Amino acid sequence: MTLHKTLILAALLGTTAMAAQAQTLKIGLESDPDALDPDRSRTFVGRIVFTAMCDKLIDVSPELDLVPQLATDWTVSEDGLTADMTLRDGVVFHDGTPFDAEAVKANIERSQTLEDSVRKSEVSSIEQVEVVDATHLKLHLSAPDAPLLAQLADRSGMMMSPAAFDDMAAAPVCSGPFKFVNRVSQDKIELEKFADYWNADAIKLDAVTYLPIPDSTVRLANLQSGDLNMINRLAATDVETVKGSSNLKYERADGLGYQGITFNTGNGDRADNPFGQDARLREALSLSIDREAINQVVFSGLNASASQFSSAASPYFDDAFPVQERDIEKAKELMAEAGYPDGLELELQAPNRPENQQVVQMIQAMAAETGIRIKLVAKEFATMLSDQAAGNFEASQVGWSGRIDPDGNILGFVSTDGGFNDGKYSNPEVDRILAEARAVSDQAERQDLYHQANEILNADKPLFYLYNEAWLYGVSDKVEGFTPNPDGMIRLENVSLTE
Amino acid sequence: MLSYLIRRLLISIPTLVLISIFVFALQKMLPGDPVLALAGEDRDPETLNRLRDLYHLNDPVWMQYLMWVKGALQGDLGQSIRTGLPVTEMIASKLPVTIQLAVMSMIFATVIGIPAGILSAVKKGTATDYVANVVALSGLSIPNFWLGIMLILLVSVKWQLLPASGYVPLTEDAVQSIKTMLMPSFVLGTALAASLMRHTRSAMLGVLRQDYVRTARAKGLAEHTVVMHHAFRNALTPVVTLAALLFGELIAGAVLTEQIFTIPGFGKMVVDAVFNRDYAVVQGVVLVTALGFMLMNLVADAAYVLLNPRLRVG
Repeated sequence: MTLHKTLILAALLGTTAMAAQAQTLKIGLESDPDALDPDRSRTFVGRIVFTAMCDKLIDVSPELDLVPQLATDWTVSEDGLTADMTLRDGVVFHDGTPFDAEAVKANIERSQTLEDSVRKSEVSSIEQVEVVDATHLKLHLSAPDAPLLAQLADRSGMMMSPAAFDDMAAAPVCSGPFKFVNRVSQDKIELEKFADYWNADAIKLDAVTYLPIPDSTVRLANLQSGDLNMINRLAATDVETVKGSSNLKYERADGLGYQGITFNTGNGDRADNPFGQDARLREALSLSIDREAINQVVFSGLNASASQFSSAASPYFDDAFPVQERDIEKAKELMAEAGYPDGLELELQAPNRPENQQVVQMIQAMAAETGIRIKLVAKEFATMLSDQAAGNFEASQVGWSGRIDPDGNILGFVSTDGGFNDGKYSNPEVDRILAEARAVSDQAERQDLYHQANEILNADKPLFYLYNEAWLYGVSDKVEGFTPNPDGMIRLENVSLTE
Repeated sequence: MLSYLIRRLLISIPTLVLISIFVFALQKMLPGDPVLALAGEDRDPETLNRLRDLYHLNDPVWMQYLMWVKGALQGDLGQSIRTGLPVTEMIASKLPVTIQLAVMSMIFATVIGIPAGILSAVKKGTATDYVANVVALSGLSIPNFWLGIMLILLVSVKWQLLPASGYVPLTEDAVQSIKTMLMPSFVLGTALAASLMRHTRSAMLGVLRQDYVRTARAKGLAEHTVVMHHAFRNALTPVVTLAALLFGELIAGAVLTEQIFTIPGFGKMVVDAVFNRDYAVVQGVVLVTALGFMLMNLVADAAYVLLNPRLRVG
């Protein structure tokens, strides 16, 4: 009898253990997120974890439309100075605190005033948050701010429980589908299903664990061995391996980020070089490059070649600027015009990562055919960034992870006071157009303004583009319902795990 | 004995101060700005400046160092720029992991290295000796990262015997914990086993030529007793020195091994910290490692005395 009971108990325990295991999705990330506080977070992988844990006012669809999440409706006034928002009713935070307009106000004010908040500039246009009633509020802006809604669809719009503000980084409390359980830094972040989630029916998983594994080979090995169910940033060179495995599948989405070459046109003494001073030479280099060849050779054709700041996934993609074709004759003509018929030298720095190095080596070989002798300098990333900011470079192979609003992909890089404008390019006309594009909210009008900016930037070429990075995922065939999104986030609604 | 140990401990204080100055200076000489590395994609100039002020990066370097020393003396190693957590807390959570890895690797190293060394010394010039030497040489020359990835592919992916990477604390699930640590400590252990084997072999060869060993044999003692009791014990002194020195190599090897097997230990923490220019973390880790290294040397010195009565001094 006792033996019988023990056996049944063991069997029961076995099944529950199996069921529990079956419903915990394990995701391998490429690095360990920093502070799990949306106001302090700076890493891309941090955003992936937040996507499961912290609902935002607004979400982004795979088509890159802004769609309701905690806010069910919003309208921006004609003059662009007020935004009315209706909030979802009956939402609670993980600690049971109700979510309402007061909570939104407290969150926005926290983003604006917290000493080490990195969200300040994103919500600086909000002058006042007026609470109308529990589910309605008005944002009063100091100036029209078209990118604001997109910011509210990212970390600035993530709502935390005001009761837990002080301890967010150690034990974050939001209102998303999964709540925080435990974090061992550089090892794992464990979340479990939040039973009172407003959209609980769409959540099929019981728990999700994120494991940072920097080496892409090891990340893939963990997926193959079944220790992980899904990996982020699958290496392009590993896609064939995943396709060849019967129990794995691969998912891909066009990304919003790009890689390109930025020139030092005005940052200190080193801007005083032929390429920094003559747009024709920059154009000649751009014309020397066969972008699709780079994509095929280095990335197995999985990325998308590019010659503008908006990716093809974005509604702001400008048809007038297709991928620039290689044209050596024209490049040579431009060089002769600029006074360098016999070619010249250029120092190009790039991060010391294998993919970036392969890209610049191909560029070096291609440019040699037009007579541009490239001297490559490989730098560790943090060093490269500070050299770039200090103006210690001629040209830099660098990129950007991409934002859903076009403003986030161009303004900081080419406007006179832009935080990322390391080449110190300055053109009052570009500044004016980009400022105006921030102030109007009509999409067609904005598209037209960005087209004008593209015209000037394509001629001036303070930077040019090589390719848009695609998001590649390796996924176990037991995972169902995953839809990749151009913003690179992993959304877990309707994702399930079968045994 | 006690006064000797205390004297040794006191001598190590200036060494620690020198090390901390050296590492601090070295970090400041590294190109790269921690705030830029940290700000990543949020490079609002105003935010950058505020962060610099917040972490005292605008102060002169000597002042930054003195502030660090002041904190360190009170047991506060500062705050990580990247995670915002106190460095002491981060180290306290990583230390047990690396100690577990170090202990298990040392077990692998000694279990493989010492018997192999004894065997090849006793059987000098025979096939056994050559095989042991070849194995030891390969252990020394095969890079950790290559062996690690090969093991993962074979043991985890192909045979699915052990977890590919990750870590479970001993206190949580001892069996699983040892399982996850088996491959990494094997990888790290084999490299050390090789040098242990070579040193045990040469120490044994030296001792086996001594008169007292011949006397022991002449007395008609069993070969086993001669080798283990008369020769090996005397050969141990240099081997213990080496084992203590290998501790440093162990920590260096852990940096790479922890990366490959994604073990959240010291090594992985320091690599991430260096890439992110997280000065306080690097500084804290180096200090604790240096302290550990000195303690290991102290233990080794104490062990000599226990092993060899002739070394017992006032």
